[in-house]
Amino acid sequence: MTAISSRPGIGAMFRTQGAQKLLAFAGLVVLLVGFSLASDRFFQTSNVIAILQAASVNGVLAIAATLIIITGGIDLSVGTLMTFCAVICGVVLTYLGLPMPIGLAAAILAGTASGLASGIFVAKLKVPPFIATLGMMLILKGLSLVISGTRPIYFNDTPGFTQIATGSIIGNFFPAVPLPNGVVILFVVAGLAAFVLGRTVLGRYAFALGSNEEALRLSGVNVDRWKIAIYALGGSIVGVAGILIASRLNSAQPALGLGYELDAIAAVVIGGTSLRGGQGTILGTVIGALIMAVLANGLRILSVAQEWQTVVTGSIIILAVYADMLRRQRAAAAA
Amino acid sequence: MSAAPSAASVTPLVSMKAIDKSFPGVHALKSVSFEVLPGEVHALMGENGAGKSTLMKILSGVYSRDSGTVEFNGKPVEIGSPREAQNMGIGIIHQELSLMPDLNAAQNIFIGREPRTAGGLLIDEKKLNAGATELFKRIGLNIDPRTPVSRLTIAKQQMVEIAKALSNESRVLIMDEPTAALNDAEIAELFTIIRQLKAEGVGIVYISHKMDELERIADRVTVMRDGAYVDTLPAATTPVQTIIEMMVGREIAHAAPDIPDLSAAEVVLEVRNLNRGREIQNVSFSVKKGEILGFAGLMGAGRTEVARAVFGADPFTSGEIFVHGKKVDIRQPRDAVQAGIGYLSEDRKQFGLATGMDVANNVAMASLERFIGTGGVIDDGKIAGTAREYIDQLSIKTPTEHQEARLLSGGNQQKVVVAKWLLRDCEVLFFDEPTRGIDIGAKNEIYKLLNQLAAQGRAIIVISSELPEILRLSHRIAVMCEGRLTGFLPGGNTPQEEIMKLATQRHDDTAPAGNAREEEKMGETA
Repeated sequence: MTAISSRPGIGAMFRTQGAQKLLAFAGLVVLLVGFSLASDRFFQTSNVIAILQAASVNGVLAIAATLIIITGGIDLSVGTLMTFCAVICGVVLTYLGLPMPIGLAAAILAGTASGLASGIFVAKLKVPPFIATLGMMLILKGLSLVISGTRPIYFNDTPGFTQIATGSIIGNFFPAVPLPNGVVILFVVAGLAAFVLGRTVLGRYAFALGSNEEALRLSGVNVDRWKIAIYALGGSIVGVAGILIASRLNSAQPALGLGYELDAIAAVVIGGTSLRGGQGTILGTVIGALIMAVLANGLRILSVAQEWQTVVTGSIIILAVYADMLRRQRAAAAA
Repeated sequence: MSAAPSAASVTPLVSMKAIDKSFPGVHALKSVSFEVLPGEVHALMGENGAGKSTLMKILSGVYSRDSGTVEFNGKPVEIGSPREAQNMGIGIIHQELSLMPDLNAAQNIFIGREPRTAGGLLIDEKKLNAGATELFKRIGLNIDPRTPVSRLTIAKQQMVEIAKALSNESRVLIMDEPTAALNDAEIAELFTIIRQLKAEGVGIVYISHKMDELERIADRVTVMRDGAYVDTLPAATTPVQTIIEMMVGREIAHAAPDIPDLSAAEVVLEVRNLNRGREIQNVSFSVKKGEILGFAGLMGAGRTEVARAVFGADPFTSGEIFVHGKKVDIRQPRDAVQAGIGYLSEDRKQFGLATGMDVANNVAMASLERFIGTGGVIDDGKIAGTAREYIDQLSIKTPTEHQEARLLSGGNQQKVVVAKWLLRDCEVLFFDEPTRGIDIGAKNEIYKLLNQLAAQGRAIIVISSELPEILRLSHRIAVMCEGRLTGFLPGGNTPQEEIMKLATQRHDDTAPAGNAREEEKMGETA
């Protein structure tokens, strides 16, 4: 067995776990080829763009979830936090009538603050991540409803707000590739997150936390502070997702959000990130989100009922993790 | 306190005085004093549980002391965290390897002190890897710094730990059993590094159980016993026997077991050519009725892996298991239990006991079907009665059979697990580190219990990393190294060195031992 070396530099964002990513990537290719053969409506530009657009919100949420899961934690609050950020954005823009950049900043700040709170609960108060973020999930769901008065907030007074996700700057320059901004934002967030994981101290400690927290503590690292920082970063990324979904819907829907966290975790898991922590990649997560979007879209095109789509997605999750288990066992036996 | 003559003239790097520390239920350190001079190797000796590790954890900021003073370079200091200790120049190589398996070697070495670029924002991987390469060169370790730690052998991981401590510019270096997993060549290398550090004026605290190392490397020896300071002596002129007696607190009568004549005894368990990857390589052995077979070896030698595989807790890729000469197909613990094999794990709390349940239910856990009364309801009265029988028989110290298992002492928890398997009529019992975390008095009781079980005709397999324990208990000794069974030795008066030789016999060192043939030979003589 040859040693796998993690390449330094930008390549580090694609580090380790080549095999599982390959597996996920192969799965994506199989789905793409399969659906293309099954229906000629599938592989058309408009449909591919629809798939990417559909993957963008879940993808960004899943990236946030990946950061937390790598530390050995879990974040159940990403779904309702996304809604909360959208509502904050709506309050600032529609109710207060402030300029757009302030609304966007407010959404991201709200996400950061919530992540910070989750991080403090987990790191300082030692509440298990599952419980801390379960609590945050409910708190944020309630707050969204309270702040919005349980009514959707529309962004009709903020010209250009819907363009954030649905416009296409790239399309302006290259009309042949009308890639929506939302998709571009997904890729930018993915690039930044991979960079943070691969190149920065914060990323290094995220892996170290998930790998052996006690060892990191004994190395003289202030583990609490870094753990809080990771949750806060995750929160700010969820803020971006909040802006994306608000822009796509041209509204902040306070009742929305519950269930998104499970889709996000599903994407992370399909992408090969271990729920035990210490391992994981952003690229895998993005592929995971794409697999879920392709499945939903492809099954819809094949007129499979919505109910069955969830059954298939669930099966894929179990299959993906089982395949990963087999791979690990084989690797352990060969080692 | 009798210190070396030089102690008076030189300011100690570290001086700990009257250190006291208690944990719930344990007075771990009783007014212990200890000092380290610049450029000395100060060995800290004592049996497991004597308080060495606790004392060093206080010095390295992991634990806080209850009372007493710590001086560094003549000034009183408070060491509140591992980081403060590090900044002060106190480095520690922990006994349990504290590396992050998912990170590579270089990343592990510089964790917490990564070289940065771009105004401190990014990690300078080039500098990181170069720094690690340089450290590896210094200690003669030939690996790619980008190798994930999970892919390194235990010995290599240990060397990475040493490199990590060296990289800290430590003025005091605490080594907690640094040679436990190293072979002779690696130990020699380590000693070269230690001498080099000594010459640089670094003070080294050296914790080890290997007596022969004292003469080779230590300047002074401090002995601890049961959490208390015993004495500090010059290493060169103190006989090993004296140190051992100070450690145990009595003259040791040679405690070899009475080895019964088992030539006519029936073989109860036989394992042939067991394999699983690198962890278990072609392991064959057998145990007779009434025999205690000791498994010796270093950490990671594969002893626990073999036991767990035979018990069905982990899979194996090939091999055969026979009970009473009949081949049995063991795929899961249930199969092993039905074949009469019990396994008492190393980590009782995690694997062997339901700590939140009471003694009675723990005893009954593997045999619940016997206690199903009328209408499928569990007969708690019968369980309690049976539990009481075993509490008497094994003299388990517990107020009642309804005491929660977690409230019992380590030795009594061990007995509860034994009771569980006895109730199940197990003829073969694996004991994996049966006395780990148990105080000395309780240890003797466990030894008595094991002898008693063997005398009753059960076949006992004991895995222990403590050679004195192996020698004291075993009728016959199997030694493993890196997944292979490197040989069998007779119990009793076998010198520890012979066991260590087999325990460090790497595959490329010498010709393979020929397990199967060796086994037959030993079987005849035993």
